[in-house]
Order: sequence, then C-alpha cells, then structure tokens
Amino acid sequence: MRSKTFTLQLAAPVLAIAVALAVSALILLQAGYSPLDVLDVIIHQGFKRERIVETFNRASPYYISAVAVAIGFKMNLFNIGVEGQYKVAALVAAWAGAMVHLPAAIHVPFILLAAMLTGAAWATIPGILKATRGVSEVISSIMLNSIAFGFSSYMLTRHFRAPRGEYAGTVGTVALDDSGRLPSLNGLLETVGIHLPGSIRMQSYVVVALLVGIAYYLLLWRTRFGFDLRATGSNAEAARASGVDPKRMIVQAMIVSGAIAGLVGLNNVMGDAGRYTDVSVIRGLGFTGIAVALLGRNHPVGIAFAALLWAFMDALQTPLSSNELPKQITAILQGVTVMSVVVAYEITRRVGLRRDAAALRRQQPPPPTEPPSSDPNPELVPA
Amino acid sequence: MTSAVDDDLPNPPPGEERPLAVHLDGIVKRFPGVVANRDVNLAVRPGTIHAIVGENGAGKSTLMKILYGMQKPDEGTIEIDGEPVSFSSPKQAIRRGIGMVHQHFMLADNLTVLENIILGHEPSFLFHINRRAARSRIVELGRQFGMPVDPDALVETLGVGDRQRVEILKVLYRGARILILDEPTAVLVPQEVDELFGNLRELKEEGISILFISHKLDEVLTVADDITVIRAGTTVATRRPHEVTAHQLAELMVGSDLPTPETRESTVTDTVELSIRNLTCERPGARPILDDVSIDIHRGEIVGIAGVEGNGQSELIAAVMGMLGVDAGSIHLAGRDITALGTRGRRRAGIGYVPEDRHRHGLLLDAPLWENAVLGHQTEAPNVDGIWIDRAGARTRTDEIVRRFDVRTPNIDVTAGALSGGNQQKLIIGRELLAAPTTIIAAHPTRGVDVGAQAAIWDQLRDARSAGLATLLISADLEELIGLSDRLLVIFEGRIVADLQPAATTPEELGSYMTGARSDRTPTSAGGTA
Amino acid sequence: MSLIDALQEPVTSGPAPADTAKPLLPRWALWLLYLVGGVLLLSFVRETTGAGQLTSANTFRSALQLAMPIALAGLGGLWAERVGVVNIGLEGMMVLGTWFGAYGAIAYGPWQGVLLGVIGGAVGGLIHAVATVTFGVDHIISGVAINLLAVGVTDFLTTTTGSWGNATKESPPIGGNVPRLDLLPFLKDPLRDLAGQNRFFLSDLARMVLGLTSNISSLIVIAFGLFGLTAYVLWRTRLGLRLRSVGEDPDAADSLGVKVLSLKYLALTMSGALAGFGGVMLVYLFSEKFQSGQTNGRGYIGLAAMIFGNWRPGGLIAGAGLFGFMDAMQSQVDKTSHALLVAAAILFVVLGIVALARRRWVPGVLLLVIAGLAWYWYDTTDKLPPEFIPYFPHVTTLLVLVLASQRLRMPAADGKIWRRSG
Repeated sequence: MRSKTFTLQLAAPVLAIAVALAVSALILLQAGYSPLDVLDVIIHQGFKRERIVETFNRASPYYISAVAVAIGFKMNLFNIGVEGQYKVAALVAAWAGAMVHLPAAIHVPFILLAAMLTGAAWATIPGILKATRGVSEVISSIMLNSIAFGFSSYMLTRHFRAPRGEYAGTVGTVALDDSGRLPSLNGLLETVGIHLPGSIRMQSYVVVALLVGIAYYLLLWRTRFGFDLRATGSNAEAARASGVDPKRMIVQAMIVSGAIAGLVGLNNVMGDAGRYTDVSVIRGLGFTGIAVALLGRNHPVGIAFAALLWAFMDALQTPLSSNELPKQITAILQGVTVMSVVVAYEITRRVGLRRDAAALRRQQPPPPTEPPSSDPNPELVPA
Repeated sequence: MTSAVDDDLPNPPPGEERPLAVHLDGIVKRFPGVVANRDVNLAVRPGTIHAIVGENGAGKSTLMKILYGMQKPDEGTIEIDGEPVSFSSPKQAIRRGIGMVHQHFMLADNLTVLENIILGHEPSFLFHINRRAARSRIVELGRQFGMPVDPDALVETLGVGDRQRVEILKVLYRGARILILDEPTAVLVPQEVDELFGNLRELKEEGISILFISHKLDEVLTVADDITVIRAGTTVATRRPHEVTAHQLAELMVGSDLPTPETRESTVTDTVELSIRNLTCERPGARPILDDVSIDIHRGEIVGIAGVEGNGQSELIAAVMGMLGVDAGSIHLAGRDITALGTRGRRRAGIGYVPEDRHRHGLLLDAPLWENAVLGHQTEAPNVDGIWIDRAGARTRTDEIVRRFDVRTPNIDVTAGALSGGNQQKLIIGRELLAAPTTIIAAHPTRGVDVGAQAAIWDQLRDARSAGLATLLISADLEELIGLSDRLLVIFEGRIVADLQPAATTPEELGSYMTGARSDRTPTSAGGTA
Repeated sequence: MSLIDALQEPVTSGPAPADTAKPLLPRWALWLLYLVGGVLLLSFVRETTGAGQLTSANTFRSALQLAMPIALAGLGGLWAERVGVVNIGLEGMMVLGTWFGAYGAIAYGPWQGVLLGVIGGAVGGLIHAVATVTFGVDHIISGVAINLLAVGVTDFLTTTTGSWGNATKESPPIGGNVPRLDLLPFLKDPLRDLAGQNRFFLSDLARMVLGLTSNISSLIVIAFGLFGLTAYVLWRTRLGLRLRSVGEDPDAADSLGVKVLSLKYLALTMSGALAGFGGVMLVYLFSEKFQSGQTNGRGYIGLAAMIFGNWRPGGLIAGAGLFGFMDAMQSQVDKTSHALLVAAAILFVVLGIVALARRRWVPGVLLLVIAGLAWYWYDTTDKLPPEFIPYFPHVTTLLVLVLASQRLRMPAADGKIWRRSG
C-alpha cells in the first residue's frame, strides 16, 4: 500500500474516532451532561505530567497485548486467548523468578523468558485441539481464559500464602529480588532533561514494549517466517502454492503470538508490586489488545498510536470523576471506536476496490478471448 | 459456415405444427472488452432433446444464462412456446416454465431431499409446512418420470447420480416444461450416464423439452434429437444425429484451420527430467479424477496437454505441485522420487510453477512487486540470507525480472494489483524462469493477456526450452499448444487418451480426442469401458 | 471462520463419504434415555457415597435456574448460527438484557422489565446484523466489539441514571418479581411422598421431577416454551426451512428465491432477544438487581452448550443442564461435589468402553485413563478444592468439546461472509 492509498488507510481510524466522539457527545447530552465540559477536562487536565506518564505506563501492556493479537490477525487467526495466556505466564514467571537469585542482567531476561514460554505453551493448546480434534479455537480459548483465572486463584490461595517477611499474611508469590525488578525510568529521563518528581514514575516496562515492537517489525517484515506468515494471511491459497505448510504455519503463529502474550502482565509484577498477587496483574488486557490491534491496523507504529490513545482515554477517568463527570464515558468512547473502526475499514476497503477496478479498466486493453465459460468472472459481468 | 438455422432443419413432419419450445433469434451479448455471443440462432422443437456443443469459451454458458434470466441480451429475441419473452431474473424464467440444472449442484448437504426440493416453494397451511403433501408429490413425480428418490434421505449421503436426480426433480417440482442441463455427465460413471439418458427420454415422452450442454460428442449423438454447434460465440450449424459423425462435429467445434507450427530445430534431449507415473486420484462415488496418468518430459522439451476444461487438468497440476494427495502413482525428478515431498520441497528441488489463476494462486495483490517476486522462492538466494529476507537481493532480482521480461511498471514498489494482467503474468513467468528451475509447470500461461505480452511470453518459453528447460504446458488455446509443444497429449475424463505430433494433427483428430469420440486408452477403473 | 478450513484441499470437489448410521430411536427419546441414565448414575453414586444432596429437589431446582440463562444464550447462538452467523456477542447482548431488565423493573414493573430486557438484547442483535450482514465485518470482531460496547454503555448508564442515586456498579433492588408456578400441581403431593420414601432411583427420579417443575419462576416456564417454539419453527415451518437453508447453502437458497439477507437480520434480532431474556433471568432469579459483570462468561458457555447440542434445541438443553448442574455444586456441601468424581469416573468408564467397542482406540484408552485418575483423586482426598468448583462448567465444556467434536456438524455456511455472486 503506497502513498496514494495512505490517505485512504488513515481515513478509517480518523473517521472512526470522529464517529465515536459524536456518539459519545450525544450520549452525554442525553444524560444531562455537557460535552463541552468533558472536552474542557480533556484539554486542560489530560496533558498534565502525571496523566502523560500514566498514559505511557498503561499503554505498554496494551501495546504488547495488541502485538500478540496482531500477529494472529496478520494470519487471519484470532488469538482470543491472550487473556488467559498472560495470566498464567505472569504467575509462572513470578514464581520461577522468585526461586532464583541471579544478577540483574540475567535475572530480568530469565523472568521474561519464563513468561514467554508459558504463554506460548498455553497458546498451543487451542491450536493443537483445533488441528487434531477440530475443536473451535475461539470457544476453547475462551474456556482456557476462565480456567487460567481459576488456576491462578487456586495457586494463590493454596500455595502462595507468604508466611513471613514484609508481605506476611498476604496472598501472592514470594517477592522478587531487586535484581529481578525493572527500575523506574525517571533516572534516565533526567539525563535528557525531563524532571519527574518521585511520586510520578515512568515504568521501564515502556522499554520492553518498545523492544517488542521492534521485534514484531523485524520478525514479520524482515524474516522468512514473517514473509510466510503475511503471505498466508494475505492470500492463503497463493501461500500454499508457494510452499507454505498451512497446519505448521498455524501452530507456529500461535506459539509466537502466545509468547508475546505472556509478556503482557509483567509490568507490575516486575515493578512496584514485585510479586504476583490478585491485584498486581490487571484483568481485561486481552480484549483491550484486540481493540488496539484493530485500531492500529496491525501495524507496529499504528498500534503504538492506538495504544497511547486508548491509554489516554483510560487515564481520563481520574480527572473526569474528580470533576464530577461520568468516567464511564471513556468506556463508551472506546467501545464505539472499535465498532466504527471495523465498519469504517469495510467502507474504505470498498471505496478502494472501486477505485482500483476503475484504474484497471483504464489501463488494460480488452482481452481477445472470452473468459472461460465455466467460471463466471465477476469483473466482466455487469453488476 | 451456415446462415439461418431454419435452412438447415428439414421441415417438420406434416401435422406437427406446434410452436417451438424455445426460439432464439439473433442474440447478441457484449461484456466490457469482449463479445460473448453474436448472431445466435436456436430452435428447440417441443418434446425433444436439443444438444448444444462447443469448446470452452465458445459462449455456451453465457447463452444459457440469458435463457435462464440471469443475463439480458443486448440484441435479439427470445420466444418460449411461440410467445416473445424478456426475463429480468431467474424467478421470471422459472415462472415461465424454464428450469436450470446447474453443473455444480446447488444442494444443501445437511438438508433432506424433500427439504432441498421444496425450498422456496413449500406447500403450506399458513406457516406450517405440509410435509405429507410434499412427500406424496415428490414420490409421484419420481414415479412419473422414472426417477425415484427417498425424500427423507440427507443429501450428503447421496451419490452423484442421485444428486442429479434431486436437482432435476427440483425444477420439475416447480412445473418446469423446459429443462436446461449444463454438462450433466461431467462427473458420472457410464452406468449413471445410461440411467440419466433413460430418464431424459422418459421426460421427453411426457412432453418436456430439454436443452443439453456438453462437449462429449459420442454421448450427444446417442441421446439428442438435434445438435447445435457453437464456436467463438456464434451458432455455426445445426444437425440431426443421423446425418453427421462425431468427427464432423468435432471439426465444426474446433474450426477448419489449425495454426501451423513454425519449423525449428528440435531441442529435445534424451534425458527425462520429470516423470509422472501412474498417477491416480480417486473420488468417492464417482469416476476417478485422475486415472493412471503417466507422462515423461525430457530436458529441452515442451509437452502440451490439450483438453476441455474440467477433465482433470487442474487436478493434475495440483498433484504434481504437491497440493493434492494422490491415491497411487509417483513423481520423479531427474531420477529422484519426489512423491513424498511437499510443495516447498518440490519447488526447491527445481520445479517452477505458473498457475492458471494468477490472482488466486500466483500473486499477493496487496503486496509490492518485489515481495511478489519473492513469493514461491522465499527460501533461497537471492531473496533470502539465513533467516532474514534479503531486501537488497530481492530488489535486485526484481529489477532484473522487470528489465528482461519487459514488465511495464513505474517501479518495483507498486502493488501487484495495480499492474495489468499481461504485466502480472510476465512478472510471474520472469520470477519462475530466473530462479533457474529444471522443470516448469505452465498452466494457461497467456490467459487474459494481451497479444503483445502473449508473444513475449511465448518467446521466453522457447528460449528457456533451448536452454534445456522441461516444460509441461496446459492450455485451452490451441494456437498456443500447437505453436509451442514438441508433443501434444490430450486429457479426457482424467486419462491421457492421445499422444500426437503437433505438426501432423488435424482439427478433426484433435477435436475427436478432446471430446471422447476417439481414444487410445480405455478407462481402467469403475464402470468398465467407455 | 477459521484459517484451517480455508486451507484444506481447495482443488477438488465431490460428495463427501456418507455417515450412514441412522439413529435407532427418534431424537427426543434418545435424550430422555440419557436423562434417565443420568439420574440412575447419580442415585447409584448417592447410595454408595452417602452424598444425599446429590439428588435433592433443591439441587435440581438450583441446577435448572442456573442452567436456563446459559440455555437461553445458547438458544440465541443457535438462531444466529443456523443462518450462518457466529455470535460471539451473546455475552454483550445478555448484559444489555440484565441492565434494561433491571431498569424496566425498577421504573415500571416486573413484566415491563422483562419486555425492556428482551428489547435491549434484540437491539444488540440488530447491531451485529448490520455490521456482519450489511457491512461484511468479520463475525468474531463484531461480536467482540458488541461485548465491549455493552459493558461500557451499561456501566455508563448505571452512573447516569438519576433515579438510581449514586449507583456505580449495581442498581437498586428491582422490587417486585414475576410469579412462581407449579407446572404439575396435581402431581406435587404424590411426588413428595415418593421422594421421601428413599427408594433407590425412584425417589431420586421423583425428586428430580419435583425440582424441575415445582415452584419455578414463570420466566423458566416461558423459556421452556421458547425452546419448543424454536424446535417447531425451525423444523416445521416455511420460515424455519428457509432460515436453515441460509445457514447451510446460501447460494442454493438465493438461487431459489429465498431472501437471504432479510432472514439473517431476522434471526440475529431473535438471537439478541433470546440472550437478552437470559440476562433478564439472571437479574430476576438471582441477584434481583443489575450488577456489573454478573453474566460472568455465560454467553460463551451458552455457545459451548450449543455446540454440545449439535446445533439442536434438545441437545442444547441437555448441555446447559449439565453445566447448570456443575454450577449448582458450588453451593453444596463438600461431600456432594466430591461425590461427583465418582460419577465422573463411572461415566468415563462407560464412554471408554463404548469407544473401544467402536474401535476408536486412542479416545477409548484416554477415557479409561481419565476415569482412573478421577477415582484416584476421589480416593485420596476428602473434598474438592473450592477454588476449582466455579470452573467446573468451563472444564466440562472443554472436555466435551475435545471428546465430542468429531461427530458434530455445524451449519455448512457458518461464519462465512455472504455476498451475492454471479
């Protein structure tokens, strides 16, 4: 897709956001609030330092989740099991990470790796079930999401009651050594002249998200595997004719997607909380990832913008409620955005197709032979 | 060439002055860039079986679509039972008593025979379906026309012959008096063909008029009362079966001239590069798709395969490329058995592939040209360096393709979908040939391509042959086949039925083999002799 | 819907090998047999483990109540998939049902609440229809979007509804409720007698019938009716045949003049309405108020029940009943849920033997191994970990899908975007 259709591509998300804003304004009016008040809060409070830092912090797990989902989307696969994958992965990674005492340079990658392996393993279950028993991967993933939740509850209450130390009596994995935690980025930011008070901390998880984004780009657009993956998603039959083995491809894609998904829930576990507890891993990131991936059109930079936008809307909840405006309007904004995005993509796709068909007709001289009679060629039959 | 059809038909026997069931006069149908039908005249006498024969692309399908109401003619008139009609939709045609039995059955597998037949036309009291009435009517129809079916059977349990009966009953149930059957014997084994013809005769007795599209001349001669030949979009002749032979019909279908191949030095060597041996592909309940196919292609040789579409060509290609499982037989490349290899393995072993449907199997339309040049070769240099895609290498190769194969494009970053068909095809041919394969499977390599590009592609293929390439060429374009092939095989009903010399064959001979009128091979499985 | 389907052998066509086994008994008789067999199993387990609550009327009634919302969601899914549309948004449509049901009940009255809840769900279905049918959006994506939207909208409305005060996550109590009924009033006393006599199997059966038919909400009675209505409409009327044909082969249907697009809209609206009704049930039968998140994945379990039931209402109820029963175990004493392990072990042994008899070696051995493990687990523990029990339905669903998937047939055109061709 090059420059001529770039504006068309951008049109869809922009259109979607515009529709979302309009619908939300209507809903606000109907409920007796003034959309202008909300706008006021957005403009004046939304860009304060603490909000921006919060936006970046929230956006990191959204981004990683969206990348995991996007890898699936690029192959026309729906990894709806991200939700469960990151939960189990965070648990296993926190537990494994607390068992070892290593220097930071090895400890951190160790934890990340443990998370990725667990996520990948959890993701292959629906894949294998589908390939061998024909089980709907959507339903099995959703069931596994719930089971993951149950499994972690079980492990927490049974095996992870901290007996002593600073967390005595609370439920969670043993705390990670400092070597396993990710420091805040404030120090780094100081060196480039951005001063943040101690109370506002930018998590270095943002760096992990950045690395994931770079890895995503390299994997999909620079490696053989990525080529096969994108080809299969673009035209499965042509990919098959070019030598791709479809079943292998599916399992491999799920593994990669699951591995990335495993990283989603680690920001607090490796940050302030230092351990896996009921509250240190946020719920719902799997579905957020789907929305953000859709909004960002599965593009590494697009997803980044979408994640930041989504996080920005989330961060608005605090100033909104302190100004006595309904904070749930952000959820509606987000929901309508997703819906209008997919519809907008369809509309722009049809416009694009019509444009291409017109361009083709102008370019191509008429073929000398009739199209084969057994194959109704849709291009040549007048609608 | 003939003029008006009426001149050819003898006068109807005295006393039988009924209006024609179907009368088409001067039908013309154009599509953007192509004239599908021109000056078509058809006269179907009531209560007869009227066959329409012609090659692929001759215009049969479009004509039937016009008759069935799916298309409107640009010029000409249609009369049904003597009254002029104009259809805007299939529903109107159905109301007028025309029933279409499609080549690819339109039956829902999970529903019963009864449900499929009555769908959209259910006998009901308010909203409740009167199954008893429906059942008795279906049984009655089955008895009347000699086509008994079990109304409560699930369609998916039925064999092909029975399914066809259901399709026929479907239109009879709606009161059709004129039936159109599109290639009805395409998937039937010989006994089923006999049964079908018996049914058709019984339908005839009951006064139903039948139009029968086919390319199988011996069958047509067996069952039809009149035969109309279509070639290049127009009706060229109408004959009675007793006054014409299959060979004559074949000649009418194919035309009186064949291109003469240019004389040249033969580049065929003695080394067999690709050896296809006894390839068989079964199909449950029907004739095998591929029946003991064996072909040897030598280095420096182009082997062409002629045949009417639907006789196993696509399946043969898929089997050779590893995309279709086979039940028996093997494939050897340069002496090595590659039957166990998957598609990627075969490509890496040196088989190139030019698919017949470039949009479906050959290109990623949304991707830039240079990525399309990598497609099919994403495991080898220059496109690849270890696990990485070597962009620079790929782009250089793409530049070379564009230059040497004259692909008209502003640059190599435009999406493949923006190129014209001819340029897309040149890209594909260039991509395959520059990868230096030992063998190429080329399916309809110049379909939908403008004349200039076509000539260029032919030159490229000839040059590659001189350099030692072994080519399997499948095409519906006789000019292409005769002009390029060193040997010409004919495929019919999944079997190779002839091995001809392109320079020596006549249209009559070629047409006879293509339509089953003549065969050097008898079928080996299900159903006995042809 | 899935990539694997698209990639399998695209080249050739032809009829698939036939599954020629014709059922010996009519379907409803078969399910009745299974039901009786199930009660037999449970009473046997009750006798041997002493877990008396396993077959009490209360357990059954509780199971029925828990099963019905799931069953309704599944029924909604059935209507959608029978026209070839996958409805992952059932969860969201259920949520809409819970909110609008509560709102209607508080603002007007119990029956008005039911109506509003159903309409709320139907609107969700309509949105799904517009997105998938008219705009060709992928079914799963549209469903996920609707789920997100439903939660957001209902949470928002909760906080902004003036009459609800400072509500943020739940509504005030709904006040009234719809009446409860006895389905077989004349049998109530004789059944009670039989139940009290403690006879093997017969008393259990009596207790089951009591639990399922006495003192049940009118909503459940209506729901029963809806199942019957669905079975009748889809398999006995013109509309139903055309609906099903759309899901099986839309091209064939279109060629015969069936209005494919209109029927899809109709079925999807119905789908949403049914899910909405399920949501209403959640409110009226359990919490008696709207609570954010009260659906708790039941929309998805409903889909699983639909698959279990092979896209037919009868099997769907059986699946939902199984899950409801699992769900009912949560509030039982430890002995009851523990006894389930024995039931599971016996069941798997039977299934394993059947599988082996059919020469399906791998599933057969697997089933026997699982049976052994279940027995071992029972033997070595006193009770099941309470954290597991809420997830019985999910594990059961997964097991059912894994073990039963091969024999299922979904509507042939399910999940495909249909555009008029040629």
